[in-house]
Amino acid sequence: MTTPPFLQIEEITKTFPGVVANDKVSFDVAAGEIHALLGENGAGKTTLVSTLYGLHRPDSGRIRLRGKEITLRSSRDAIALGIGMVHQHFMLVQPLTVAENIVLGMRSPREPLLSLGPASQEIERLSRTYGLEVDPAAQVWQLSVGMQQRVEIVKALYRGADLLILDEPTAVLTPQEIHELFNVLRRLKAEGHAVIFISHKLDEVMAISDRVTVLRDGRVVNTVATAGTDKAALARMMVGREVLFQFDKPPAQLGDAVLNVRDLCVMGNRRQMAVRDVSFDLRRGEILGVAGVDGNGQSELVEAIAGLRPAASGQISINGRALAAFQPSDLLDLNVAHIPQDRQRVGLVMDFSVSENLVARLFSLLPFARSGFLQWKAIRENADGRIKEFDIRAPNSEVKARSLSGGNQQKVILARELSRAPDLILASQPTRGLDVGATEFVEGRLLEQRARGAAIIYVSTELEEILSLSDRVMVLHRGEIMGMVRPGEVTEEEMGLMMAGEKRMTAQEKMEARQS
Amino acid sequence: MLETLQQLLWSGDLIYATLRLTTPLLFAALGGLMCERAGVLNIGLEGMMLGGALTAYVVALRMGNPWLGILAALFVGAITGLLFAVVVVTFRANQIVSAVGMNILMLGLTGVALRAAVGLSIGQSPAPTIPIWEIPGLAGLPLIGPVLFAHLPFVYLVFVLAGAMAFIFYRTTWGLAIRAVGENPRAAETVGIDVIRVRYATVVWSGIFAAVGGAILSIGYLNTFQEGLTAGRGFIAFSAIIFGRYTPLGTLLASLLFGFTDALQLRIQAFGVQIPYQFLVVLPYIVTLLALFVAGRSKGPAASGLPYAPGEE
Ligand SMILES: Nc1ncnc2c1ncn2[C@@H]1O[C@H](COP(=O)(O)OP(=O)(O)O)[C@@H](O)[C@H]1O
Ligand SMILES: [Mg+2]
Repeated sequence: MTTPPFLQIEEITKTFPGVVANDKVSFDVAAGEIHALLGENGAGKTTLVSTLYGLHRPDSGRIRLRGKEITLRSSRDAIALGIGMVHQHFMLVQPLTVAENIVLGMRSPREPLLSLGPASQEIERLSRTYGLEVDPAAQVWQLSVGMQQRVEIVKALYRGADLLILDEPTAVLTPQEIHELFNVLRRLKAEGHAVIFISHKLDEVMAISDRVTVLRDGRVVNTVATAGTDKAALARMMVGREVLFQFDKPPAQLGDAVLNVRDLCVMGNRRQMAVRDVSFDLRRGEILGVAGVDGNGQSELVEAIAGLRPAASGQISINGRALAAFQPSDLLDLNVAHIPQDRQRVGLVMDFSVSENLVARLFSLLPFARSGFLQWKAIRENADGRIKEFDIRAPNSEVKARSLSGGNQQKVILARELSRAPDLILASQPTRGLDVGATEFVEGRLLEQRARGAAIIYVSTELEEILSLSDRVMVLHRGEIMGMVRPGEVTEEEMGLMMAGEKRMTAQEKMEARQS
Repeated sequence: MLETLQQLLWSGDLIYATLRLTTPLLFAALGGLMCERAGVLNIGLEGMMLGGALTAYVVALRMGNPWLGILAALFVGAITGLLFAVVVVTFRANQIVSAVGMNILMLGLTGVALRAAVGLSIGQSPAPTIPIWEIPGLAGLPLIGPVLFAHLPFVYLVFVLAGAMAFIFYRTTWGLAIRAVGENPRAAETVGIDVIRVRYATVVWSGIFAAVGGAILSIGYLNTFQEGLTAGRGFIAFSAIIFGRYTPLGTLLASLLFGFTDALQLRIQAFGVQIPYQFLVVLPYIVTLLALFVAGRSKGPAASGLPYAPGEE
């Protein structure tokens, strides 16, 4: 008799109102295996592992652990069975210390009294064993995202997890941190832990996993050994068609400067200085990538240029017009397009129709309004044209924006913003949360605009995307420019060091790097 | 003038009255603090106090025993807390609206119940009251003895409870669970804490604490009950939590400040200083407002006031 696999997932089905998130999903994971779960956004990865962690009850299907069928009523059951999970959005209590977070919910040896001293020793022991450096006495809100993730992993191990689930753990990390995480995972594997590693990035899956299960639209496409497959094959399974990894990018045809930013400082929401002394120029026909770990001043920088956030000091001038305090409505006069990061709250009015959203901001102008009255015919004709041109998948132009998928919502914004042949395009994470097809579409449109002579600022946390699309890349760390580099002339490692704030350019380089 | 001021402030009476007036407030405030730290905003303290005050009075009057009155108040407080928890925790109703509703309901209900239970001689019949307990040995000390150690047992108790609450919050697994639930209930749930249960427990306790605070007013100090007896003390208690920056010690100090203000205005009145008494009566409320103003950005738990639906991503 052979021993059964460590974990068996059998025909798990989970539906939400209107969506089948998991459709008869089956695969198994062995002890000492790193098993990747690969799939696009919305494929059902998070739903599946939430079920495995007792947060959802499956509609049908079975889970076996060490050959025995288990029922999970809550995460408490999952924890008791040795299942640990690092959620996509960390589950840490910010004002508590690392040690408090780690022992939270567990019985103390001196119940009901806390015994943080011995717990801290155990935490330090685990840290050393797995190379997960954490300070038990630090408060979580003071830690970097990478450190918080280590706390989450230690938290699971402290509870004696044999199976560790990591939901998109690399999304928030710099390349170096990803490298460190992979070392930790390899150590866990060597110690006999089973690991489920969720990602939608092919390179990572190829680098770390033993086997891959690909999910698409809630169904398992296949489970394959990583050694016996390649990126192209995985991409095909994930997307359901051929995927081009490279697009043709003609060399930049630089024109006049459209945007000059000098010594710009911008205040963030928490009254901290989110952008510090940023200076750069941007010319027609150029894409300037803005790289950095999420939350390092990228959104504040873009919002300041878009006139949505006042500059604390410094100057911004567009087409030679220096304005102290912009009004968002100036964007129209200045012909600036803004593709905001939060498309659902800022980019669209979710309860307005597609046709209305397509003229938002322009609605007071001819031909959409005459003497203050909206011209519905013109608005509708405009919508029909854009829907065709941008391949927006909507039953008709009168459905609410809310009812569209994320990719199609983004197309509505692109259609509106690009329709006026803007001089400057501010694109803030325009591909976040989109599937491969929609991502390709967005990137293609931006390249078209570049060829037409638009100046583009392209913010993304995905290094690969930035490097393939940009002509120049600015790396931000805590609101400061760490480097201004050209994609062909920099390694991912250097980029990572800059993103982590460990490598910065000199004042001299800064001066020189302003101009394209 | 100076002499008057000196007499006004340098007196054992003032300290005595401060402790006395702080006690009901601090009971309610500690109760409110408890559920506030678990993420449930309780501006229903006023109504809960009122319910406790009436229950204690009626039962003490009928049974002829003040301790039974206290016991009944505890019980009614727990029930009130439980009902509030059902509404705001299970049914996830807006916590502010529900609490306002409860306050209004309690104000009306206590009026009606009072007439029903005691007839028309509203609040006239004196109920037996809780006796003063002089702490043996200490009460005999010169100067401080009569000021600090000759109070209702509840006065000593509430200060002990404030200390106990600090200990529970920061030194026990329960306290850690409460703080976590108030800050990030989802995170608490993912480590197996039953968020709903924690919130129920703290809300029930807040009902009990507030009811005892009310009972002290009716059968501790007054031996009678009138409609609206609490006169906004539940709201002052709520402010004490905020001014006290959501910690037991801070809440204790804030309650002492408000208790002191109340004692001071009574004393000024008693002194017959030439200030219209209406000005004096509003003094504690003005100080409360000022305190909230000064407290400025006193930050409550991150999940405070937000209903929690378990098991959804
Ligand atoms: N709590 C929920 N309620 C309704 N629909 C949900 C819920 N969670 C996920 N979904 C839907 O289920 C599908 C799968 O989502 P998810 O598991 O988060 O995908 P992934 O993690 O692969 O990106 C999506 O269509 C998503 O909209
Ligand atoms: Mg997910």
